[in-house]
Amino acid sequence: MTAEVVRVSVPPMSGSHDVRAIKVVLHRELLRFVNDRTRMVSMLIQPVLWLFVMGTGLGTLVRGVIPGVDYRTFMYPGMISMTVIMTAMFSAGSIVWDREFGFLREMLVAPVGRGSIVVGKCLGGAVVATAQGVIILAMAGLVGVPYEPGLIVTLLGEMFLAAFTITAFGVLLAARMRNMQSFFGVMQMAIMPMMFLSGAMFPLANLPSWLHVLTTVNPLTYAVDPMRQAVFGHLDVPDQVGAILNPGVTWFGWQLPVIMELGLVAVVGAGLLGVAVTQFSRTE
Amino acid sequence: MDAAVSVRGLKKTYGKVEAVKGVDFDVAPGEVFGFLGPNGAGKTTTISMLCTLITPTGGTATVAGHDVVTERGRVRQNIGLVFQDPTLDGYLTAEQNLRFHAELYGVPKAVLGDRLRQVMEMVALWDRKDSKVMTFSGGMKRRLEIARGLLHSPRVLFLDEPTVGLDPQTRSAIWGYINKLRLTEDITIFMTTHYMEEAEFCDRIAIIDHGEIVVVDSPEALKASIGEDRVQIQTGDDERAIALLRERFGIEAAVREGQVTFAVASGEAFVPRLFAELGLPIRSVSVSRPSLDDVFMSYTGSTIRDAESGDGNAWMRAMARGR
Repeated sequence: MTAEVVRVSVPPMSGSHDVRAIKVVLHRELLRFVNDRTRMVSMLIQPVLWLFVMGTGLGTLVRGVIPGVDYRTFMYPGMISMTVIMTAMFSAGSIVWDREFGFLREMLVAPVGRGSIVVGKCLGGAVVATAQGVIILAMAGLVGVPYEPGLIVTLLGEMFLAAFTITAFGVLLAARMRNMQSFFGVMQMAIMPMMFLSGAMFPLANLPSWLHVLTTVNPLTYAVDPMRQAVFGHLDVPDQVGAILNPGVTWFGWQLPVIMELGLVAVVGAGLLGVAVTQFSRTE
Repeated sequence: MDAAVSVRGLKKTYGKVEAVKGVDFDVAPGEVFGFLGPNGAGKTTTISMLCTLITPTGGTATVAGHDVVTERGRVRQNIGLVFQDPTLDGYLTAEQNLRFHAELYGVPKAVLGDRLRQVMEMVALWDRKDSKVMTFSGGMKRRLEIARGLLHSPRVLFLDEPTVGLDPQTRSAIWGYINKLRLTEDITIFMTTHYMEEAEFCDRIAIIDHGEIVVVDSPEALKASIGEDRVQIQTGDDERAIALLRERFGIEAAVREGQVTFAVASGEAFVPRLFAELGLPIRSVSVSRPSLDDVFMSYTGSTIRDAESGDGNAWMRAMARGR
């Protein structure tokens, strides 16, 4: 081969290099998502089942009790959260997959801060989960939720925030996991109770006090509630029904404003991200 | 010019186990340097320390002029890595895998397209650039990893067992690429192997055993240092042949690879005496010049295969006594 050799001189590391690294890790997550149709479909089936099968079934049971609102409408914001949470968790789990198949090593030996890789991964998980949530958003009309631009934008933002935090949580879990089975085992164990206690499936009003305490300390509650508030804000519901189905979160009788709930989710997300970065920055 | 790799007293212990017991060596720029030893000898641990993947317990090492502990980022920019196990994303295409790498290493966008084509052509994968990596054979994956390791023009390319698990044809193809690489790129190659035939391709090899470097020299010099030829004979009664060899010639022999094997100064001249004086029918005889196998054996006391399977260094002991 006589061709001229193309020589590359790699510039010293800089902030823009880290941004490039974040972007490419994010880009890969998106490529993987777009290429993996099976995953997209399987992630969708569960909430659709909940919404239209469970929601319809339970709805007939409670129809007399809560007048004026379809039970499925109540479940809708919960199902958005559930979809987003599951997708975000799966995205985070791909770090374990990357470790098993060696690709994680390719990322970890690169001359970039581990922080860039973790941030790229979390952003990737958040974008993918939000994209998945969009499909559920598209079904709004089927359960009597109006397609209003303000509502859609609010929900998208809230979905993204929730997804980012959950991905950070998942990445942190994945930091020490060596195989997919154990990751999914731990994930089920952590996510299932959090989901049940988040208000995604039943209203958090008039619960026994022990259950009320658990729902209040569950961080997911603060990710699910703003979405329900947003949806109910655009519905025409009698006050007493709203009070049952959309009670909000109260701390010792004080109702938390949505902005504080979102702030809380953001702070938890940032904290988890920080711990995840330190976990990945360790070397033997 | 400074050494491409310079190592002084490098050590790694895991609890009580000393994986690497304080090794010293230098690799000159442009050299192909081989680390030869059985599995578990400390090859991968050493390479991992040089690649900044694990932190040494003691000693120092510089790669491309940068300290592997204090200038980790600079070292990483200047090295290319090909691991024993694949580190590709099978769901991405070959080109996507390489582009991912280029972004992580900050390869300037202006030269990326040309460079990408060049490294992929070198390993004959340019026409498969749009195929998903999961459709590739083991050999193709390894070739792609070599291309990827070169993408950012590293000063030192580390190859950890680059041909392990590949069929002989692919192995020789990989070696073809590595040799071509030496001519076209301004690069130092540091590799580990436990295949003797491959160590022959290196300019110099370091034999490592139980975490220590036993000897460093060129393959030719190492073979010359043995001096003796290897003689293998087949007989109807190996036990008796060994006893007779000891009795009549004072030679220590052992059964190796199913044949009675021993070392003598000039093998060809010895064969007629052997037939005349052994007093036992000999079915076949072969004489060979010392190979790296013999070198390895004479320096470490066992064959590389025996060292890996952990049994029998009878031949080695015989060889050591005979020297």
